[in-house]
Amino acid sequence: MKAFDTWEKVLLALLALLVLAFGTTLPGFFSAGALADSSTNYSEKGLLALAMALLIIAGEIDLSIAATMALSSLAMGTAMQHGAGMTTMLLAALACGGACGALNGWLVTRLGLPSIVVTIGTLSLYRGIAQVTLGDQSIGGYPETLSTLGNGTIGDLVGAPGFIAPIELLVFAIVAIGVAVWAHATVWGRRLFATGANPIAARFSGIAVNRYRFWLFVFAGLMAAVAAVMLTGRIGSTRPNIASGWELDAVTIAILGGVAITGGRGSIVGVVLAAVLLGTFTFGLGMLNVAGIVMAMIVGVLLIVAMVLPRALAGLRRVTHKRAGVPAA
Amino acid sequence: MKWQAWRRELALAAIIVALVLMVGARAPVFLTSGNLLDILDESSILAILVVGEMFVLITRGVDLSVAANLALTGMVCALAGKAMPGLDTPALIALALACGAALGAINGLLITRFGLPAIVVTLGTMSAYRGAIFVASHGAWVSDQDIHPAIKGFPREHFLGLSALVWTALLVLVAAAVFLRWRREGRELYALGGNLVASFYVGIPLRRRFMLAYTLSGMLAGLAGLLWVGRYSIAFTELASGYELTVIAACVIGGVSINGGVGGVVGALLGVLFLGVVNGALPVARVSPFWQQAIAGAVILLSVIFNARAEKRAGRQILDPHAPVAGAPA
Repeated sequence: MKAFDTWEKVLLALLALLVLAFGTTLPGFFSAGALADSSTNYSEKGLLALAMALLIIAGEIDLSIAATMALSSLAMGTAMQHGAGMTTMLLAALACGGACGALNGWLVTRLGLPSIVVTIGTLSLYRGIAQVTLGDQSIGGYPETLSTLGNGTIGDLVGAPGFIAPIELLVFAIVAIGVAVWAHATVWGRRLFATGANPIAARFSGIAVNRYRFWLFVFAGLMAAVAAVMLTGRIGSTRPNIASGWELDAVTIAILGGVAITGGRGSIVGVVLAAVLLGTFTFGLGMLNVAGIVMAMIVGVLLIVAMVLPRALAGLRRVTHKRAGVPAA
Repeated sequence: MKWQAWRRELALAAIIVALVLMVGARAPVFLTSGNLLDILDESSILAILVVGEMFVLITRGVDLSVAANLALTGMVCALAGKAMPGLDTPALIALALACGAALGAINGLLITRFGLPAIVVTLGTMSAYRGAIFVASHGAWVSDQDIHPAIKGFPREHFLGLSALVWTALLVLVAAAVFLRWRREGRELYALGGNLVASFYVGIPLRRRFMLAYTLSGMLAGLAGLLWVGRYSIAFTELASGYELTVIAACVIGGVSINGGVGGVVGALLGVLFLGVVNGALPVARVSPFWQQAIAGAVILLSVIFNARAEKRAGRQILDPHAPVAGAPA
């Protein structure tokens, strides 16, 4: 699997086209401030999408990833209310996210349950626990450090006021590079693709398939925790419904990035490009005063077009009885 | 031998009865006929959606767009009723069925014509249909006074002590049971969910059957949309948002396998009733309504674990070449 192939080129071209189109029609889009601002639009969801992409490549899915965010944010808020310092709060969020992921992984690998059902169940469970604990309340009054993490720039961090790329973007970039190297340039990455392409063959060639699955779920939980810390810092409060529906955005980004929903194929470069593309697109539409729900509609249509187009072009002749619609659940 | 096939359903029915009696012992008001009829009314719309979703799950697909379809069709009916006061109940029902079926057919076409995975297609159409409601209504609500009297009146009509809502659900359930049990097309849905390749070789028209399943799912979602708008006298963009997960949950609790080929109307109905009783019992038992979602989640997890165990005990995986690895510890 090449990390940079035809689909990634298409995404890059689309991104260039989009930036050019918005840049020429929208006054102020090309300002450094706006571009920096737009990156917060994809940094948090991008983290979820990276973890989701790895899971989908391995043939699994985690629909509870956004609910895990809510619970991690709650864990952080509860820690603060009990007088914890910044480090303990972060550890609480990460521990909570990791535990949520581990429960998913345990149910999937140890009990052999399909991940889509398990994570629909844990989605309700995690979101429900957040609702039971918080009710209609919210947790606010987070320390300044956390707000800096969500809203601050790298310039604030190193003391160079001119450098306005947000810290969130830095976190996303570091994780993205790490995941891309892991997936495309290490033995572990090769095993990941092997697992997704044919889990039985992978198991017979000595890959600890279930151990990979388990740790990927834990990784997804941890990424959800990191995204939750950034989101909570950015908006300054914890509510039971934060990030609701983000699991679908994460899946959309992964699919648009060229990850095959059937597993075994995909590129992290494509996922990152798709995250930036979608984030920039919705940011531009936001500047055009397009309602959020209409953006969601356009993204939904894009998702389908992204899948239909290559097949419609390449498969006009190949649409035979063999492809009589083989939908994988 | 025969009753063993129903063991799951019997267990679930016993749990439901026990639950009703337990809550009734704590709060006798729960056992009044008024309250039980309320629970039936609440469950009717869910039951209609669950039947549609079950058709799709049996084929080893999934339809995540049912709630968005429900809301869009509901909005279309509400707007049509507002624009054309001359419409009567049959015309509105026909409109709802047609609109829902068309939206379901779009899913089916994308899935069969392009060989796309159902989960991604319906994820996309879920957002697209939801957005279409906003575009159609310009984001405005259609509230009580603008809802056509026929839409509001239909779910409230009563025959023989039960509301039209319950009768519609019963009609759908019986029709679905007959279809799945005795009609060739219904049996073929199980066949292609159980083994797609074998179904192809025995000559089942796969595309047509997939189309049928998704169109029926959409059609029933449309019907549910009309009933929902009538029952609650309101139509807006976020109507029934997230309800698709409840629908799938009821199916899973009722023993419809997400892996295709397994499930029936009786089980699905029991899954619906279970959720209905739990949701109805929470306020009576003075449990905060915030518990609802957490309990639903726990129940889904317990029932998939239960299902997986039951399937293993029945030994249905023996001839499956995947079995030794799927179960093996890594």
